Amino acid sequence: MRIALFVTCLADTLFPEAAKATVRLLERLGHEVVFPQDQTCCGQMHINTGYPDDALRLVRRHVRTFAPYDVVVAPSASCVGSVRHQHALVARRAGDERLASQAEEIARRTYELSELLVDVLGLTDLDAYYPHRVTYHPTCHSLRMIRVGDKPLRLLRAVRGLDLVELPQAEQCCGFGGTFALKNADTSTAMLADKMRHVLATKADVCTAGDASCLMHIGGGLARLRTGVRTVHLAEILANTEPAPAPAGRAQRKTDGVPA
Amino acid sequence: MPTTAPRGVGHLRGDEPFPVAARRSLADAQLRRNLGHATSTIRAKSAAVIDEVPDWQELREAGSAIKADTMARLPELLQQLETAVVAAGGTVHWAVDAVEANRIVTDLVTATGTDRVMKVKSMATQEIGLNEALEAAGIEPVETDLAELIVQLGRDKPSHILVPAIHRNRAEIREIFLREMPGVDPSLTDEPAILAAAARRHLRRTFLSTRVAISGANFAVAETGALAVVESEGNGRMCLTLPDTLITVMGIEKVIPTWADLEVFLQLLPRASTGERMNPYTSMWTGVTPGDGPQDFHLVLLDNGRSAVLADEVGRQALHCIRCSACLNVCPVYERTGGHAYGSVYPGPIGAVLSPQLTGVEDNASLPYASSLCGACFDACPVKIDIPSILVHLRAEHVTAYRSEHRLPSAEAVTMAAAAYTMDHLPMYEAAQRGSRLARFAGRRGRGLPPPLSGWTVGRDLPQPPPQTFREWWTQR
Amino acid sequence: MVDATMTSRELILGRLRAALGPPPGSPGEVARDYRPAGGAVHLDVLVHRLTDYRASVHQCSDDEVAQVVDAILGGRRVVIPAGLPRHWLPDTVEALTDDGLPADEIATADGVVTAAAVAIAETGTVILDAAADQGRRVITLLPDVHICVLRVDQVVAGVPDALARLDPRRPLTWISGPSATSDIELNRVEGVHGPRNLHVVIVPRGTHHSGG
Repeated sequence: MRIALFVTCLADTLFPEAAKATVRLLERLGHEVVFPQDQTCCGQMHINTGYPDDALRLVRRHVRTFAPYDVVVAPSASCVGSVRHQHALVARRAGDERLASQAEEIARRTYELSELLVDVLGLTDLDAYYPHRVTYHPTCHSLRMIRVGDKPLRLLRAVRGLDLVELPQAEQCCGFGGTFALKNADTSTAMLADKMRHVLATKADVCTAGDASCLMHIGGGLARLRTGVRTVHLAEILANTEPAPAPAGRAQRKTDGVPA
Repeated sequence: MPTTAPRGVGHLRGDEPFPVAARRSLADAQLRRNLGHATSTIRAKSAAVIDEVPDWQELREAGSAIKADTMARLPELLQQLETAVVAAGGTVHWAVDAVEANRIVTDLVTATGTDRVMKVKSMATQEIGLNEALEAAGIEPVETDLAELIVQLGRDKPSHILVPAIHRNRAEIREIFLREMPGVDPSLTDEPAILAAAARRHLRRTFLSTRVAISGANFAVAETGALAVVESEGNGRMCLTLPDTLITVMGIEKVIPTWADLEVFLQLLPRASTGERMNPYTSMWTGVTPGDGPQDFHLVLLDNGRSAVLADEVGRQALHCIRCSACLNVCPVYERTGGHAYGSVYPGPIGAVLSPQLTGVEDNASLPYASSLCGACFDACPVKIDIPSILVHLRAEHVTAYRSEHRLPSAEAVTMAAAAYTMDHLPMYEAAQRGSRLARFAGRRGRGLPPPLSGWTVGRDLPQPPPQTFREWWTQR
Repeated sequence: MVDATMTSRELILGRLRAALGPPPGSPGEVARDYRPAGGAVHLDVLVHRLTDYRASVHQCSDDEVAQVVDAILGGRRVVIPAGLPRHWLPDTVEALTDDGLPADEIATADGVVTAAAVAIAETGTVILDAAADQGRRVITLLPDVHICVLRVDQVVAGVPDALARLDPRRPLTWISGPSATSDIELNRVEGVHGPRNLHVVIVPRGTHHSGG
């Protein structure tokens, strides 16, 4: 299958390991991955902060960039959620019905990574190997916006060597919320503190999720507390294999607890 | 221009922006504990009784559809309700806003010659500041709901739609009773049953001797003129049954088309609200019943900005709210800040979309941002109000309103426009990405990052930017 | 006053019409895919739900109701509605028939005995509609003990069944357990302003007038 990678601006710029792992994983599974170079950002932050008019050009760009592809994948539930639930609205608000229907077309072909693997490719056992104690944080947008359900957990349970531990109050938001973390920094921090407390209670050495943004938030907090717990994107765990067992930190740029 | 709720009356506007008020709440460890305990208790109770119902999602769908249909036919349904109530011996009044509603009620009470009224907990009368208006006219309003009584005796403000004293624990309630309740037994303990018994003794004489009561309404059936009040303690029944005169103040959105529609809402409301299969008492009455209950009944239909909410096609969903408060109980923001931070009588997620629409978004401009858009409220809402989408919509409304009221764009607007422009020009985007790498040398605070990352990192440490972006890696493979 | 009211009425209705704009044609049909009325009635569910909310449940024949009332309120003053079947009352209670009794006097009674109109099994709810055997709303409110006699044929499965049986123009009181509050730390505590003791006596079908 030919799969276009919608990398997301955050993974492209700050968390390339998650995107590289997505490429490695899909290629290992025998698929062709293409990277449409014109892509930049889906505009979610603009939309969620109240600037749908500014986001319009980014929606237009996204639609233009991904129109030629039959299957699009992103290692981010949040950005897939924006494509699915916001792009057409932004186009309609601007009175561009044609763009709206194109956006809806692309939304139908766009998948979050675990959706692509489980629903489209029909896989749960990816022959991955990751010998660590891992807890999974279901990000709000994967849980409630695009509803990936237990797909990430099914994928994780099939990973050899992985000790999956349940995260208490997993469904509670980590407090990121895009510009929420900026505009309501104190509340965001209070939410983060509780999320970190629950992560630490699992005694996991890795906290994973399907969104680099939430991992950045949780990882930033864990790093500041020097807890030693690392945040690793789901794609990086699933891409890891036994023959060349990478140490958990291999996906990291550093091993000093700086999150990926 | 739609007419919003007037300033200077009622309780829809806070004194300070949400983040400022939230900071104070967050510092109160006791408050955080009380809220955490109460909201997790109610979440568990509610989840258990919702699990018992096999058709919960179908009931939610129907509730949502009935409300949408109601809003589309609101003028017609209100007139139908009026006709039915009048035919049953009631009197109907229409109040464009809080000022007029307060005047109507005050005049009605004054005409009875009494100087004391008893009240059933009602969001509408809190919204319009009725108690203050009555006091100004020399009339004493007595709140009879236990939580409202705790708030009133403690000279406090309500902080939750359903449980106005949710921010108080049993020990604090005991202290308030010992300090403020006349004739209270000094050996009072903090056992909830003992505290409830103290309230029973305290209010019994009031119930038996007060000739005028004021209530809200949970539902009003246009088809038959029936009104419904859903409660637990029996204070509602006292107010609806014992006095000579009953005055019900109801937001115009509370009307429902038919009697049969109650079968949906009476299943949704208790399970979503108090986590009960059915609340202990529900009273329904139609106008006046000769020989049973108040013989003088007045229904005050309140607009106070609701017509302005109806004018917004996205935002009008907020009028579907049945005031169950499930969205408060699941909201991670509410759980940590409590209700006072929202400034309005309508706190939590529903308040963050309702208050700014009732007042005009600029009078509550910080509320649409008081959410991480986590979506827990949407999932919990028994009538499926898409609160996250309304929040996002109102943020855009605020940006538009700011733009039209100021000559210069806000710093944020400039940043956002620049970021969108940059991201729509690949060479500039790539240059900005390279710029982010410079931040490696500027420390880990993320300064020097291109927008939007610069915004995201205020107050947060970022990981060190990678030596290579993804697209650089891809190009080099 | 009348003129001002008229003005506000027209103003509000005008604003609402303006807010809605031109009618969108026929509004969408409301999908009612939830369970309709007519479900099977399970008496054990009703009993479970009632006791779960701390109501006391007694099951007996119509002739035995008086014994149950005697066990609960024997030797006490009891308010009754004018149309209550008299054979439900034991000789041991002092009966006060409500013919418009003042509230103060009702409040001094120890208990009240009534029939019911409908009961909902799934929610543990008994509903009074102020018929002659149930009386005015106030009599089931002020005394601390309420004994409510229910015939099994008055029990329905769910909320839709109950609404279909009720007359919306009557004053209705839906009762689910004794008076309670959730206002202290969001835990249900029984006993605030209404009767703190609710007894539901379930008697067989169609025996309402046969006994005594």
